[in-house]
Amino acid sequence: MSVFKDAGHLFRFAGLFVLAFLVFLVVRHYVVPKSFGQYGHYRGAAIDEIAARPVKFAGHETCETCHSDEADKKKIGKHAHVNCEACHGALAGHVNHMMGTDSQAPTQVADDPSLEKPVLPDTAVLCARCHTASAAKPKGFPQVDPASHYQGTPCNTCHHPHSPGIDAGGAK
Amino acid sequence: MKISRRQMLILLPAAAVAWESVMAGTPEDAPNYKMTDHWWGMLIDISKCIGCGNCVRACQTENDVPDGFFRTWVERYHVSDEDMTEPEVISPDGGKEGFPVAQQDDKKYFFVPKLCNHCADSPCTQVCPVGATFISPDGVVLVDQKYCLGCAYCVQACPYGCRYIHPEKKVADKCTLCKHRLVKGLTTACCEVCPTGARQLADLKDPNDPIHAFLKTHSVQVLKPQMATGAKIFYNDLDGSVR
Repeated sequence: MSVFKDAGHLFRFAGLFVLAFLVFLVVRHYVVPKSFGQYGHYRGAAIDEIAARPVKFAGHETCETCHSDEADKKKIGKHAHVNCEACHGALAGHVNHMMGTDSQAPTQVADDPSLEKPVLPDTAVLCARCHTASAAKPKGFPQVDPASHYQGTPCNTCHHPHSPGIDAGGAK
Repeated sequence: MKISRRQMLILLPAAAVAWESVMAGTPEDAPNYKMTDHWWGMLIDISKCIGCGNCVRACQTENDVPDGFFRTWVERYHVSDEDMTEPEVISPDGGKEGFPVAQQDDKKYFFVPKLCNHCADSPCTQVCPVGATFISPDGVVLVDQKYCLGCAYCVQACPYGCRYIHPEKKVADKCTLCKHRLVKGLTTACCEVCPTGARQLADLKDPNDPIHAFLKTHSVQVLKPQMATGAKIFYNDLDGSVR
C-alpha cells in the first residue's frame, strides 16, 4: 500500500483521462454518420443519394416500347446505331408525362404541352453538326460541304433522318 | 378448428416469418442492382469520334453541369509528323457546339473525348482529408457533396483535370459515370447519345461484355499509364501525342 501512498493525484488524472475518453466516444457516436465505414472510409449512404438522381435521357429501349414503327424504320437504315435521343434530345420528361409515372421528379409532370409532343429538331442545323465536311473527321465518315450540297434546303426534303439513304424514299 | 397451445406457438412465428418475406419481396423495395457484381469502365474509340459534341451537351443536361465547367469534354489534336511533343490542341467550350471546320494540311487531326478515368487506385480519393471522395464497390469514383469541404486538394491531385469546384455549391464535382442511370440498367448519357458508338460503357466484371473481346484483339491504351492510377477509360487508336 505504501507504493500508492502519494499517488492520489495520478489516479485523479487517470480518472479525468477516462472521462474525457468517454465524452469523446459519446460525441463521436452522434457526430459520425451511421453509414460511415459501411464500405470504406466514407459515408455509404452517399452512394444511394447519388444514385437517386432523376434520369433525363430515357434511353432508346424506352422510346422503342411505344415508337416501334420508327424503330423498325431506323433498324434497316444507316442510322441504325444512332439512338433516338442523340437527335431528339433528353425525353424522360415526355415518357413520365405520357405514362403518368413521374415519381422521381413531380415538378416535371406539370401541364407543359411540350412534354405531350416534343418539338422536332431542325434538320438543317442538326444534320450539319455531324455531317459538315472537316479534315479533322475520320475519313470513312459521310461528310458534305453545306454550301454546295444543299444550299439551305432542309435535309429531310431528300433524306429521311431515320433511314437517310436517298433510295430509302426521302421525306415522308 | 381448434388449435392447441403447442400448435399456436409454432404457427405464430411461422406466420411472422412468412409476412416478413412477403413485405421484403416487392420488387420496388428490392432493386436487383448489386454493386459487387459490377466494375465499370468505358471504351473510347478515337477512330470513330467525329467531334459533334453530343456527349458534352448530353452530360450537361443529364447532370446539370454549370456553364463553363465540364464532366466530359472533347479535344481536337493537330499534330505534325516531325514533332509529336508539341501538338496543337483546341477545345472551344469543351467541344459543346462542335469544332470549326478544319482544312487538310500536312499535319494530322483527330478528336479525343475525355472524362473522369474512374481510376481503381486514384490519387484524388487518397488526398481527401475528410473521406468525401471514394471509389464505390462497383468502380465509380464519387464525391459525397454533403461531406466535401471544398478544399480542392482532389482537384489538384487529379492527373487528368477531371474535377472542378462547383461555382454555386462550392464543393468538388465530377463525372459520376451516370451512377443514377447504371443502377436502373441504363447506359451513361454520353454513351446513349454518341452517334458513332465512339463511347461504350463497359462492365469489366461481366464476362459477356464485348469489352473483353475488344481488349484482346485491339491495341488499347489508357491516358498517362505512367501515373499507375489504374485508369478504366480505355482508348483505342490513341496517338502518342495525347497528354
